[in-house]
Amino acid sequence: MKARVFITLKNGVLDPQGKAIGHALNGLGFGSVGEVRQGKVIDLELSGSDAEAARTDLKAMCEKLLANTVIEKYEIEIKQ
Amino acid sequence: MKSAVIVFPASNCDRDAKVALEQMTGKTPAMVWHQDRELPDVDLVVLPGGFSYGDYLRCGAMASQSVVMRSVKAHADKGGMVLGVCNGFQVLTESHMLPGALMRNAALKFVCKPVGLEVQETQSGFTRKYENGQRVTFPVAHGEGSYFADEDTLDRLEGENRVAFRYAKGENPNGSARNIAGILSEKRNVLGLMPHPERVVDNALGGTDGRGLFQSLIEALS
Repeated sequence: MKARVFITLKNGVLDPQGKAIGHALNGLGFGSVGEVRQGKVIDLELSGSDAEAARTDLKAMCEKLLANTVIEKYEIEIKQ
Repeated sequence: MKSAVIVFPASNCDRDAKVALEQMTGKTPAMVWHQDRELPDVDLVVLPGGFSYGDYLRCGAMASQSVVMRSVKAHADKGGMVLGVCNGFQVLTESHMLPGALMRNAALKFVCKPVGLEVQETQSGFTRKYENGQRVTFPVAHGEGSYFADEDTLDRLEGENRVAFRYAKGENPNGSARNIAGILSEKRNVLGLMPHPERVVDNALGGTDGRGLFQSLIEALS
């Protein structure tokens, strides 16, 4: 089973990297770009086939290590 | 005063901390590898600066899960003192031994320079030899030192007089909330700060403003 975890900054947490990317895109002529927020994607391969059990595990992984929940939120996507 | 310095892969201020402790206490600290389960019998544990585990995932995130940190937490839970400098501060927040998080500097650049600080709180074993409001200069050297916490946490830190060091007016090098440079734990036995007191204990190395922190510890722990 494969899973993908998206980790992004919580709303209200300043993202200077996202801001810099936005400025760079504006500088390249992409004038339509407004606010940009940057995050990360983590792909995981998991043994087993129980999607619900995997989701529970992934949630624990996010809480314990993958995300810093003081500043970040996460979303879990499971692909069979 | 007996001390230990934790050494993670890619710690790089562990020897600075060792030299400062030797110079100030007259005793050589135990150097403890991150895979060691047990801490020697010490009064103070130092989490040094550096780039533990290559800053993978987030600064301090991997180190916070290392074997030795269980013993460091147990040491703090028993009231033992823990000093985290720079990456050590990041490890302390990632370990939830201190609140908040340290984020990418607001200007996105690594900052390496001396900065002016104000000692905001002298009622602690780390700061009792300073004067309240005393201005000191410590060097900073970090890319991710912008202190962030939600408003309630910031209010609580200030209300409980747990902001030990603040960047002086106009000196905030990284965009830290409320100019916070260093904070104390609830029990006031854990201090995390981004600037490096261990680099300013000798005039030959640019200053002695950091001596007060070690003198405070010696007094508190003797």
